[in-house]
Amino acid sequence: MTQEKNGFGVKKGLAEMLKGGVIMDVVTADQAKIAEDAGAVAVMALERVPADIRAMGGIARMSDPELVLKIMEAVSIPVMAKCRIGHFVEAQILESLGVDYIDESEVLTPADEAYHINKHAFKVPFVCGCKNLGEALRRIGEGAAMMRTKGEPGTGDVVEAVRHARTVYSQIRHLQSLPLEEVMTFAKDNQAPYELCLQVRELGNLPVVNFAAGGIATPADAALMMQLGVDGIFVGSGIFKSGDPVKRAEAIVKATTHYNEPGILAEVSRNLGEAMVGRSATQLPENEKMSDRGW
Amino acid sequence: MKFGVLALQGDFREHRISLEKLGADVTEVRLPAHLDGLSGLIIPGGESTAIGKLMVAYKLLEPIRQFGKTHAIWGTCAGAILLAKNVGKDQPLLGLMDITIQRNAFGRQIDSFEIDLPVPFLTPPQPDYQLTFIRGPIITEVHGNARPLLSLPDGRIIAAQQGKLLATSFHPELTEDLRFHQYFMELAQSGYAD
Repeated sequence: MTQEKNGFGVKKGLAEMLKGGVIMDVVTADQAKIAEDAGAVAVMALERVPADIRAMGGIARMSDPELVLKIMEAVSIPVMAKCRIGHFVEAQILESLGVDYIDESEVLTPADEAYHINKHAFKVPFVCGCKNLGEALRRIGEGAAMMRTKGEPGTGDVVEAVRHARTVYSQIRHLQSLPLEEVMTFAKDNQAPYELCLQVRELGNLPVVNFAAGGIATPADAALMMQLGVDGIFVGSGIFKSGDPVKRAEAIVKATTHYNEPGILAEVSRNLGEAMVGRSATQLPENEKMSDRGW
Repeated sequence: MKFGVLALQGDFREHRISLEKLGADVTEVRLPAHLDGLSGLIIPGGESTAIGKLMVAYKLLEPIRQFGKTHAIWGTCAGAILLAKNVGKDQPLLGLMDITIQRNAFGRQIDSFEIDLPVPFLTPPQPDYQLTFIRGPIITEVHGNARPLLSLPDGRIIAAQQGKLLATSFHPELTEDLRFHQYFMELAQSGYAD
């Protein structure tokens, strides 16, 4: 009898259980309950949703541990929380609280302009954002057990999430088509660890679960991302910044399950009330783009 | 033989792949009509609250209950929770098995673990099977027609069977070892009545 705790298998395994589901940003215990009742597979506990972080400006940091703990008490589903890129002490604090996943997130203001956290050093698993395959494999090389597209958080504009998902999957298909002698140059050109490139070429997919995030606001957006090949959906500002959060949350959950059934998508999209107002992600000034944070 | 995997949410793809490796014809079940012609159904790992909610929304609870009266159903982790009669929390359940389950019984994600244990009823019985527990439940009570099938060294029950119904706290679908899926397929074909 041998037992292993906190190995990569169980870190990655929790993400496997979240597949086909929706992870919702919540800022209070009440919102967490609403999300759980609507069928969320996990919640992301934070002080402000990305749209408010954009609106308020200033430095965005890890949430108050008190808030995270209250949300952990309120629901039976997994609870995730965000730390700043490179801020390994925020990550240590979140781990000590017992959160189920840490998001090393570009939504918060980066704490390190050169280095991400060494995620292998933690017992708790990490999810990180990516815009392309090279970035995904660098994060996995550092120990991330789950990926998500970055998209452009807090905009309600799905265009960047689409760009990032298309880029990742198109690069995977390209890598699969390469003869072995070209893989090292692919790794060099994409700044990706060679061993992970070999693994992706063999699998025809990332070695960990990959969700869509950043700008998803409607059931149709969620189904679009699922049809593009992601494993599940993060919704940030899209739910609690909309006119009828309960109805929209339930609709996005159903759309993520029945993403290939236009009749059901039409049904769940009816009478949802106002979607979040939104901003065009492509017209954001360069210094307001969160997706360019991370290295 | 045709098997179904409930594909509302969770790691249904891994179950599908395991069954297909054993030569089964596999259907993803998202609506009641998808149960037609199946010899058995797997309810995968995932979040039991989310899967239960979608079972209610798409009117799957009663059809699966009826299916389970005459056919094999195997629930892994969240699936085991959904098969139980009682989980100590108000959430939609199939309630097909005479078992009581405690959710997240080992703690949070940092308490998730893998353990290699002998599982004598598998074919072949050796080597040890790698059991993966992810925020896993335990079976706290087995009564009525259910019987315990497997326990941890400390005695806590992690698998139970009731006729053709099977509940496991762990995730054989996350391993390459197909012996549990083989066991379930044989159970589905057996004349074992509830």
